[in-house]
Amino acid sequence: MTTSIDKMTAHEAIAELNSGNVSSEELVTALLKKIESRDAEIGAYISLDADAALQDARQADRARASGKSGRLLGVPVAVKDIINVNGQACNCASKILEGYISPYDATVIRMLRNEGAVFVGRTNMDEFAMGSSCENSAFKITRNPANTNCVPGGSSGGSAAAVAAGEAIVSLGSDTGGSIRQPAAFCGCIGLKPSYGRVSRYGLVAFASSLDQIGPIAKDVEDAALLLGIIAGHDPMDSSSVKVPVPDYTASLKPNLRGMTLGLPKEYFVDGMNSEVRDAVMRAVAQCENLGATISDVSLPHTEYAIATYYVIATAEASANLARFDGVRYGKRAEGSNDPVEMYYSTRAQGFGEEVKRRIILGTYVLSSGYYDAYYLSAQKVRTLMRRDFQSVFENCDALLAPVTPTAAFRIGEKANDPLQMYLADIFTATANLAGICGISVPCGNTSDELPIGMQVLGPAFKEESILQVAYAYEQEQKQVAKVASKQ
Amino acid sequence: MSFYTAIGLEVHVQLRTRSKMFCGCSTEYGAPPNTHVCPVCLGYPGAMPTMNEEAIRLTVLMGLMIGSRINSYSKFDRKSYFYPDMPKNYQISQYDQPLCIGGSVNINVGGVTKPIRVTRIHLEEDVGKNMHFEQTSGVDFNRAGIPLMEIVTEPDMASPDEAFAFLHAIKQIAMYAGVSDCDLEKGNLRVDVNCSVRMDAEGPLGTKTEIKNMNTFKGVHNALEYEVSRQEEILLSGGIVLQETLRWDADQGTTTGMRSKEDAHDYRYFPEPDLMPICLSGETIDDLRRTLPELPAARRSRLVSQYGLPDYDAGVLVADKAVADYFEAVAELSSNPKAVSNWVMTEMLRMLAESDTTIDNVRIGAHELAELISLVDCGTISSTAAKDVFMEMFQQGGRPADIVESKGLRQVSDVDAIELLVARAMTENPASVADYKAGKKAAAKFLVGQVMRLSKGKADPRMVDRMVESKLSGS
Repeated sequence: MTTSIDKMTAHEAIAELNSGNVSSEELVTALLKKIESRDAEIGAYISLDADAALQDARQADRARASGKSGRLLGVPVAVKDIINVNGQACNCASKILEGYISPYDATVIRMLRNEGAVFVGRTNMDEFAMGSSCENSAFKITRNPANTNCVPGGSSGGSAAAVAAGEAIVSLGSDTGGSIRQPAAFCGCIGLKPSYGRVSRYGLVAFASSLDQIGPIAKDVEDAALLLGIIAGHDPMDSSSVKVPVPDYTASLKPNLRGMTLGLPKEYFVDGMNSEVRDAVMRAVAQCENLGATISDVSLPHTEYAIATYYVIATAEASANLARFDGVRYGKRAEGSNDPVEMYYSTRAQGFGEEVKRRIILGTYVLSSGYYDAYYLSAQKVRTLMRRDFQSVFENCDALLAPVTPTAAFRIGEKANDPLQMYLADIFTATANLAGICGISVPCGNTSDELPIGMQVLGPAFKEESILQVAYAYEQEQKQVAKVASKQ
Repeated sequence: MSFYTAIGLEVHVQLRTRSKMFCGCSTEYGAPPNTHVCPVCLGYPGAMPTMNEEAIRLTVLMGLMIGSRINSYSKFDRKSYFYPDMPKNYQISQYDQPLCIGGSVNINVGGVTKPIRVTRIHLEEDVGKNMHFEQTSGVDFNRAGIPLMEIVTEPDMASPDEAFAFLHAIKQIAMYAGVSDCDLEKGNLRVDVNCSVRMDAEGPLGTKTEIKNMNTFKGVHNALEYEVSRQEEILLSGGIVLQETLRWDADQGTTTGMRSKEDAHDYRYFPEPDLMPICLSGETIDDLRRTLPELPAARRSRLVSQYGLPDYDAGVLVADKAVADYFEAVAELSSNPKAVSNWVMTEMLRMLAESDTTIDNVRIGAHELAELISLVDCGTISSTAAKDVFMEMFQQGGRPADIVESKGLRQVSDVDAIELLVARAMTENPASVADYKAGKKAAAKFLVGQVMRLSKGKADPRMVDRMVESKLSGS
């Protein structure tokens, strides 16, 4: 191996495997070793499937030897604990799903399997993807590899931390209000939330069905493009997936931004945001301009309603989606009840964590008779306005540049008892989910405490190639700068 | 004191589809528990529904049959409540934008035809079935996710008889359209009723009660009769009817309370985000309209005008679409439609009931029955012999002419042969001849019977009649 396992990307791994420098078995073994040495500190994984992964790796090696190929043949992928993999646990970091073994593959897993991917383990998350810090996991907390006193972000914190710590080559996360982009920013990796309907949700345990999307977390943009190209596309099992052709996302990546217009939404550069974050993002904006982009100031006037709108819609859908966890058919069942109703009460009381209960109650409330119009219906109307905001801005812009979060990673425990503060961590990311557009998080420097800062590139629905292009050109420029700096 | 009753129905009809509403599992009845299940219909984490287009087609067809307006845009909603037979603890149903709006069904009670207005027809998924054992309970989810259309009426029925007639009419239409098998024993048709009684004919409706989940029409009728008189007694004694949901106890013949208005569920409906809205173009709806079968009532009047049948016959025949189809197939081949109607209504329906089979499985083809009727009409066999032939065909199959030959049932209509038999009967029964001459005309019938016996039933009875009569009055 010319690259060490903890720095290796998927496209490098494929090159190494194809050239015969390394076998998949060696790759997976090295990765498992890395996890063994590092994960006690980081806590990125909830469970490992070492035996199955090694078996699949050996099978991939045999397949390659017999002349077969696949875009990820023999490459290990880490999976967020909310995506079903046949035969594996799928706990959603919740006690209520203890003992549940998935009887089926999510569509994305099937697609990755078809390309030869190997599944090493399941990454930690906020319970049922509800949270921004991974502190809401029922099993463990995950630490930020850049500073282990800090959170990795959430809810896909385990997936981001695993990639950042070199414990995964690439991983899958899910993003309902920022759950891929925010932890990617906190941990310093690439995180892509595809447009709603771009990637099948079949097999993704639903939090908020009209907002959820699965996406890749990776070490570089090329990997994000590679993964997206595999998992994107219409799925007859998911009626909300859309029949739009999937372009070759890696082929179109160019190192410059000539001819592109990038918008700067003023509502995303608010007073009171961390100045280091603002400065880092503005430096990145300047670099994009140097790469040939035209920068244009734009406005998304309904941004201020994003958090309120998001928490009404997401919790309403969650209150129904999580009703199925009742102890009747699978997962945890509280013992000692005399009738079904009592069994529901105690199973759900014991099985769900505080934040999940809070959101179920909130969602139940906003859907209740007499409140529906004031909350849920109003939220849907605001959502339409926000979608129009983006549509009109994208008439003149190819993509938008913004911070991913108002601050860099916060300390573990800092916001754990203040749900409202925690909700505000989604302030710049939830809009993309509400509008159904795509977004990618790219590292754009560090704070003085050496905590990563992320820039967000937002693009029109089904224009993932645009945001990948912007992220790629900027990333390549950063690498050049770093190379020059290291020579001096 | 007179009372006015208002009854509205919610009829859940299982649609005739091969697979469930939102997954590919089979809808076959009677499989061992939990063998027709998958992650989708078991509500497993991450599983998602996909639409069964056939269920939508069938529901629209039903709407078109009863003159509903078909919504070009309709959607599914989640109806939330916790119950062990409900895999997701929400049911995918349609709340404010159902597939079909309005329409009506004519019923006929006591010779009076009356339209019953239908409010809406929507589509939803069935739930599982709770099973209780000695120590434990279980749920069979084979039924969970089977498509149901719910037909909701206005409170237009004024008596249990009218409700009963409506259920028959709706069943008949559903079977005509082929949208449901309407097999009550398999729970294909389940009914909730709303019922209120008032004393002022012009005044607003009284407080209603709802009786849930009945699966026989007789049960609905009995429950309504009980409930109407219960409410009348309350009003008579100056009491107030409570708005509540009731359960019909068929064994006790009474209704008992399930929950009051205060305990009513808040179903927290909201649009199902996992399914896209259903958009039906005018073209699609028109295409479906062209495939509509004839309504039972229209067919009844056509049978009267086209075949010259009495209205009664037409009513009996159209009651079951397959029977009416059979009748028409035979009548097309026969010159005597009334005889066809007689055979189908009496012998055929009796034998079907006795042998517990359906007309689709009958051995007697249209050609065979038409041929049998023509053998009688030509005088080749007597109608008595024809019944034997019919029985033989019903049980064993075969062509009527062959059976007549092999059983030697050809009718004797040779004057000389019959005359010999008449003479013999009179010689053997002098007392009867004497009785006749003494004025006992009934004695002739006895002698006719004797002649028929001597001919082993093969003599043409009309000829025997005539000849016995002339012989007696001549001698």
